[in-house]
Amino acid sequence: MEEELMAEKRPIISTGGRGPAPAGRRRSLPMAARYAINALLVLLVLVVGELMIDGGAVTRYQTSVLQQVGVYIIMAVSLNVATGYLGQLPLGHAGFMSVGAYGCAIFIMRLTETLGMTGRDVVAGGPLVGLVVFAGVVFGGVCAAIAGVIIGIPALRLKGDYLAIITLAFAEIIRVVMLNIDDVLGFELTRGAAGLTGIPSYSNFLNVFLAVAVVCFLVHTMMKSRHGRAILAIRDNEIAAEATGVNTTYYKTLAFVVSAFFAGVAGGLYAGCVGVLQPANFGFMQSIEILVMVVLGGMGSMLGSVLSATVLTILPEALRAFSDYRMIAYAIVLILVMIFRPQGLLGSYDFSLSRVIERVMNRDFPWNRSKGTAEGKEAADA
Amino acid sequence: MDGVALIVSQVLNGLQLGSIYALVALGYTMVYGIILLLNFAHGDIIMAGAYILWIVLAQLGLNPVVAMLLAVAGCTLLGVVIDKVAYAPLRNAPRLSVLITAIGVSYFLENGAQLIFGADAKVVPSFAPVSSIQVGGLSLSFVALITVLVTALSTVVLTFLVQKTKLGKAMRAVSEDMGAARLMGVNVNNTITFTFAVGSALAGIGAVLYVMAYPQATPTMGMMLGTKAFVAAVLGGIGSIPGAVVGAMLVGFSEVFVSAIGLSVWRDAVVFLLLIIVLIVRPTGIFGRTMSEKV
Amino acid sequence: MPSEKKKRRPVLVQVETPNLIPERDLGTIPVLQAEHLGIDFGGLTAVDDFNIAMGRTEISGLIGPNGAGKTTIFNLLTNVYKPTRGTVLIDGYDTAGKSVAEVNRMGIARTFQNIRLFTKMTVEENVLVGFGNTMRSHLLSDMLRLPSHWKQEAEYRERALELLDIFDMRKYSDTLAGNLPYGAQRRLEILRALATGPKVLLLDEPAAGMNPAETEELMENIQKIRDEFQIAILLIEHDMSLVMGVCEVVGVLDYGKIIAKGTPEQIQNDPRVIEAYLGKQEVK
Repeated sequence: MEEELMAEKRPIISTGGRGPAPAGRRRSLPMAARYAINALLVLLVLVVGELMIDGGAVTRYQTSVLQQVGVYIIMAVSLNVATGYLGQLPLGHAGFMSVGAYGCAIFIMRLTETLGMTGRDVVAGGPLVGLVVFAGVVFGGVCAAIAGVIIGIPALRLKGDYLAIITLAFAEIIRVVMLNIDDVLGFELTRGAAGLTGIPSYSNFLNVFLAVAVVCFLVHTMMKSRHGRAILAIRDNEIAAEATGVNTTYYKTLAFVVSAFFAGVAGGLYAGCVGVLQPANFGFMQSIEILVMVVLGGMGSMLGSVLSATVLTILPEALRAFSDYRMIAYAIVLILVMIFRPQGLLGSYDFSLSRVIERVMNRDFPWNRSKGTAEGKEAADA
Repeated sequence: MDGVALIVSQVLNGLQLGSIYALVALGYTMVYGIILLLNFAHGDIIMAGAYILWIVLAQLGLNPVVAMLLAVAGCTLLGVVIDKVAYAPLRNAPRLSVLITAIGVSYFLENGAQLIFGADAKVVPSFAPVSSIQVGGLSLSFVALITVLVTALSTVVLTFLVQKTKLGKAMRAVSEDMGAARLMGVNVNNTITFTFAVGSALAGIGAVLYVMAYPQATPTMGMMLGTKAFVAAVLGGIGSIPGAVVGAMLVGFSEVFVSAIGLSVWRDAVVFLLLIIVLIVRPTGIFGRTMSEKV
Repeated sequence: MPSEKKKRRPVLVQVETPNLIPERDLGTIPVLQAEHLGIDFGGLTAVDDFNIAMGRTEISGLIGPNGAGKTTIFNLLTNVYKPTRGTVLIDGYDTAGKSVAEVNRMGIARTFQNIRLFTKMTVEENVLVGFGNTMRSHLLSDMLRLPSHWKQEAEYRERALELLDIFDMRKYSDTLAGNLPYGAQRRLEILRALATGPKVLLLDEPAAGMNPAETEELMENIQKIRDEFQIAILLIEHDMSLVMGVCEVVGVLDYGKIIAKGTPEQIQNDPRVIEAYLGKQEVK
């Protein structure tokens, strides 16, 4: 009996004292409506944000912080693919970010030069600039994905800690290569420690948050498909996944490469935000900060990644006055969360607006639920 | 300098660097061997040791012997405190949680040091009694020689400790099967704490020798040193004492070699590349045991 | 990105048609055949000279004392362990050099003695992972939610629910697999294996932890699965009522070797089997 209760994930629907609604008559939103609602929501955020920036309600400084927030959301969501969904622990995510950043920045700089555009033209925008930026960001993503394949194939043969180490090693190698490649090849590519300067500021609120929406959408749809299920199966039980016909090598590489690709996209947008790239920006500590975002938010929870990336990017800016203490606070929070809530703040919970609307449609509110089933739901979510 | 002297001094350099890495790597390997934790904070214990030396020598102006003893004792204590405060509550938690806690501890120590001592390097007064000694017409660095000797001695003592003593037996039992060891009456928590103490003491010795050679302390000095030592431990096969020493020597010699042929900017890359190659060829390192999941 | 399916030509091995016990299988090639299969761990021979030839719709049992090597044989048949000696043929094709997943796609699916479900996925998703290899949607069509994605997803969700109906588990479809009652977890593992479309199903102690009523039900279900899916089933079991009640052929394993083979009646009266289980009687 108790087991039966535990097993019930969907709470029995109580329709305001008239007894539970018969099973199967639960009203649900059609798929198209769900997508329309989410698309509207994204549009609303973009329009309101853009209007506020244009109207001067948001300062230039605040806008630049917002762009960074967008970049780190993409970084956290992309790392979550490899960490939360695939269940591995790569420690070199900043390496992919740097490959994407340099790839995209150099691509856009060369292309605008060829097209005879100035930095001001790029900032002014227009369809051609949009196309150039899109191509550049995708190029950055592809560069990072290629790095992901090169790193993933040897790294994914290893398990757990060894995978963590080998990705760390690769990211360090990428950093050293970025520092010294110009000297070796005699090109003017990354400009080494001096830094790549003069990158046109092609990132803005609109394209960064459009990218955030697209990345979240694509990661979500991938995970809710046979490919995503295969990745989750590997995380839950690799041996069973193999015995169930999942090509584990392929799907591990796929998750890793998708993760790298989006990190590259984030890197490309980052380059356009900051205007200067230095290999030192993409060290081990950067990788760790992104990992912290994912872990704090809850591994496997996209909302968790989004929220913690937002908070952890805005908080240090807001606490500039206490900048000495902020890293210490960071460390203490990290340790405390691991000790008291190892699954992260949100666990693997994910928010879905459509689900909330469905609840309202079915008048399924927490206060209507009997105690037993509410507990059952918690047990199922845990 | 003539050829022979050059080669001898470079070999000695390699041995010296390798020895310091070995002392640090042994700490990584022991902790991993017993609780399967990559103790990211281990490198920062060296940083703590360096600051203790700086305080005692530069601020208090005490005797170098006192400074060295205090440094080793301080590191040991720090290691035990870290285990008790941060890792002990997570003995039964998923390994990823413990690993991230370790990263948090490392973060905490580095930023704590920066807060207390500032980001700039603190110069530790030289405390080596002599700078070089003459052996058969060759001038050899005293610090290098003492480093190699102390490391060799430490390794021998450690091996004896692990293989021959009761505590060592308990350590091996816990690393083999924690549950069974507990049932056999081994005090698992004390054994783990003891392992942290020994590993941290070795890091303290490493700190003393490192500061002798490079006399300064910075908040992030432990990071690269720790990472390299950790690479050494993984190279040799993490969990294995001879593995740690062999891996450390490999890392030390390759660094010295790469620098000697004028490619010092690629030094770190070469070390990491070496790690990648070894892991691809032998996924558990040179002396590592392969473990497979029972189906 | 490496291609998902490596185009490796399977090796069709000519085999003599052995005399298969259930007469309906006579004249067909065995769906699962192992010859002189063996594996050594270090110096220890865990399994030696294991032979089997299963008919297309045969239900066989593998019994033996603990540690006799039964699960090891399952691991050898599915390539989880690479055999030291011998060959395994699935429907005439050699499994040598294939990955575990490839062997599954060749037509062999299994359950595990210690249940291995995808605990943080729902029951329906567990089954859908099993269907993963028959689903053909492209990654990009899934990511962009093209019509082909919806069509396929709906089709397979329906198929998953139909499969769940076999064990009356449709009601659990949205439950996380890890939260299922124990017996339901064992049943779900069988359904997940069936979803991969096997020709042979290997069940590792399917009745472990079940009460007699549940075991009785499982027996009926095993026969039902065989009849409905027309597949062969090989099971390891300690529950003799199940083995003797459902199996057409029983093999007895001791110290990694088959010591007796035959119909349940033959096995029950075989002195070697009694000896293996109860030890040799001192005869004056």
